[in-house]
Amino acid sequence: MVSAQTLAAVARFKEKIRRDGLLTIEGIRKEFPGVIALDDVRLHLKAGTVHALMGENGAGKSTLMKIIAGIYQPDAGVIKLYGEPVTLKSPLDALEQGIAMIHQELALLNWMTVAENIWIRREPKNRLGFIDHARMAAMTRDLFDRLNLTIDPLAQVSELTVAQKQMVEIARAVSYNSRILIMDEPTSALTDREAEHLFKIIRDLKAQDIGIVYITHKMHELFEIADEFTVFRDGRYVATHAARDVTREDIIQMMVGREIINLFPKVDCPIGDVILEVRNLTLPGVFHDISFTLRKGEILGLAGLVGSKRSNVAEAIFGVEPAASGEIIIGGKSVKITSPAVAMEQGIAFLTEDRKETGCFLILNCLENIQSALITRDHVKWGVVDQKAVTALASDMAEQLRVKTPDLGETVENLSGGNQQKLLIARWLLTKPRILILDEPTRGIDVGAKSEIHRIITGLAAEGVAVLMISSELPEVLGMSDRIMVMHEGHVAGFLDRAEADQVKIMGLAAR
Amino acid sequence: MADAARSPQGTRKTQRRLPPELSILLVLIGISATFEILGWVLQGQSFFANPQRLSIMILQVSVVGIIAIGVTQVIISGGIDLSSGSIVGATAMISMSLAQVSTYARAVYPSLTDLPVIIPVCAGLLTGLLCGVVNGALIAYTKIPPFIATLGMMVAARGFAKWYTKGQPVSFPTDSYASLGVGLTPVIIFICVAVVMHVVLRYTRYGKFTYAIGANPQAARVSGINVERQIVKIYAVAGVLSALAGIVVAARGLTAQAGMGQMYELDAIAMSVIGGVSLSGGRGSIVGTTIGMIIFGVIISGFTFLRIDAYYQEMIKGAIIVAAVVADVHRQRKRLKKA
Ligand SMILES: Nc1ncnc2c1ncn2[C@@H]1O[C@H](COP(=O)(O)OP(=O)(O)OP(=O)(O)O)[C@@H](O)[C@H]1O
Ligand SMILES: [Mg+2]
Repeated sequence: MVSAQTLAAVARFKEKIRRDGLLTIEGIRKEFPGVIALDDVRLHLKAGTVHALMGENGAGKSTLMKIIAGIYQPDAGVIKLYGEPVTLKSPLDALEQGIAMIHQELALLNWMTVAENIWIRREPKNRLGFIDHARMAAMTRDLFDRLNLTIDPLAQVSELTVAQKQMVEIARAVSYNSRILIMDEPTSALTDREAEHLFKIIRDLKAQDIGIVYITHKMHELFEIADEFTVFRDGRYVATHAARDVTREDIIQMMVGREIINLFPKVDCPIGDVILEVRNLTLPGVFHDISFTLRKGEILGLAGLVGSKRSNVAEAIFGVEPAASGEIIIGGKSVKITSPAVAMEQGIAFLTEDRKETGCFLILNCLENIQSALITRDHVKWGVVDQKAVTALASDMAEQLRVKTPDLGETVENLSGGNQQKLLIARWLLTKPRILILDEPTRGIDVGAKSEIHRIITGLAAEGVAVLMISSELPEVLGMSDRIMVMHEGHVAGFLDRAEADQVKIMGLAAR
Repeated sequence: MADAARSPQGTRKTQRRLPPELSILLVLIGISATFEILGWVLQGQSFFANPQRLSIMILQVSVVGIIAIGVTQVIISGGIDLSSGSIVGATAMISMSLAQVSTYARAVYPSLTDLPVIIPVCAGLLTGLLCGVVNGALIAYTKIPPFIATLGMMVAARGFAKWYTKGQPVSFPTDSYASLGVGLTPVIIFICVAVVMHVVLRYTRYGKFTYAIGANPQAARVSGINVERQIVKIYAVAGVLSALAGIVVAARGLTAQAGMGQMYELDAIAMSVIGGVSLSGGRGSIVGTTIGMIIFGVIISGFTFLRIDAYYQEMIKGAIIVAAVVADVHRQRKRLKKA
């Protein structure tokens, strides 16, 4: 039985957090070798609100969140939790004080099941002290029911799609029943439909007086779920406002310090001959009978829900996991693409979706990451890399894409998520492909750099490069594509021309 | 660019990171200083001001050092090679059997004596190459873990060495073969190998691919690197370097025995790990391994100098290896916590 005293204490506590807010941050500073990531920043999170944290790539958003989650210690500044100053010594400490975090980079253990990942270090035990797997699965099912998720608790994480992994991370964070939830770009791997689902979960949590710090580069989300927002620029605090008081342009102005005129600077350019033709590509159980053509100078958008196997088709064309049957015709010749090396010989480049698993060499430096694909084919004489030439190309490209790093010798794991993505784009642009396949190219990239990347993609198309672009952001697909192919559960659901395409038509085909 | 003031590298700077080799060098200096002090306190003499001791020390480690150079690139690629010591045994036997003098009545191949030195050397290196290619091919194409593949080679190559002469030692090499082990020749060979490998790892595609595969094999494959072929090359090079060590050991001892090189694989791995090569791949350098090798040598000869019993030496060596791995795991953990 809960006593009257406890109830009164709970009521007093609720009153207190309503008054003082959940979390107040003042004067936080954090330095890393070579960078000042945060300098005198502040943030105030009220109970039952969603507070968006905005800023360009490398502005220090994730760093501040890691401080709040006890992963980093600040060099200076105060953290007040429920009105009292605290130190958060470790992630466990932060969890115990009611702070849970969903990381920008997926942090699940690939070789364990979904349930094991969720209840790690707090597994239910049976009387003998062993892990009670049945109960753990049941608890997971309860949690998933509550959140309306349909993921098998006993599936191995390595088998899940990126989006599913993201939903598992969200479920894990929710399962701690914390008062403060930090979400670092939770929707960067989700399509609109799953994002909607997440927003529903967020609204539920809000109603329970939970405070959420929400980081995103997708502007429309801000207006959809945020109550307040704070902007950082270059590690410094810029401003805090209520979301309903400002326009999208105001925020961009605050973030970037200048105006961004056109997010999708698509220019119409002449579309040439067919360069890539895919005929009846099939990988049993994954995708079936995929046929399409791609022309020089054309940008073909590839849309679909998560689970539509868009990425698998791209992987098959690039030879990462070749299809079982069907034909790939490049420049009029049928080719057998058995590995990425073969695909690159054909002039194909492929930016993968999962930058941690198949993209970055996290422990190597920026230069090594940018040049890895280039030196498999060019700038090598007698086995020796022409480092001077390659370095010059790499730093030009890094500059063009506005990669923010002290220098190209910096280890990539120390870069912010968006800057890692820019490095990968640089890697593939340097190979000067004829056919460029992009899987979620602007995932986690800030508005300013996004429009720059869009400009580069259009520019390449104008030079005759054929582009196949997978994107979960419908505005991006609509804004950039000459034609849109929509997939549904491993089949082609239909094609739409630039002129006729709109969100409703795409969703109609994708969801059927 | 739209806004020139905001260069992409326009992050405000503070002090830079130090190279990882520096901390290993500090460890070396610390250990050396300790022995020097202990030398004066316990023995009343300097540990280092003794050219003979120094040259013995360097000689002792440089043969295993040659192996460590090969093992370093294997570990950087995310693998491990347990077969080096056995390859030393096998190649010592083969090369010595082709290097015997005609005046020795019980030569292994009585008709193949007094051959020019190039023949036993090439035969030895080819043996190492073959073993290495088998290792690499097993790992790359059957996807069995490097630990298992090279463990198999470790047992098989040792078995071959014993079978080769039914356990009999092989002796009496020609003068030119023996000269490969004379004086400081092993040290010179080590230096050449180390310099070449240093250049290879830093400046060639081979080196870049090796690091890339160790750092993230999936990303390496997607970058268009032929991961399988590269792995075969890496283990082949390791095999050749083990063979080179085998040739030198046999020349130095003027005899080859099937048991030669036992435990060399562990010493070589230890030198690499002490030198900062990470067992999880992607990190390490020849400079580091060389310092690791010298640390190893200083400790061994330091113990002898202090007249510490050989049994204790083995035990302490074991402890050092474990300590180096613990240090590596600790570094990894710190890294993970950060991420
Ligand atoms: N562990 C680290 N070591 C060195 N530098 C770091 C480290 N972590 C972050 N940084 C640097 O601090 C700055 C802020 O990084 P942070 O990850 O907080 O950016 P962010 O705002 O989350 O960007 P994004 O939108 O790209 O995710 C970046 O310049 C980054 O390179
Ligand atoms: Mg971030």
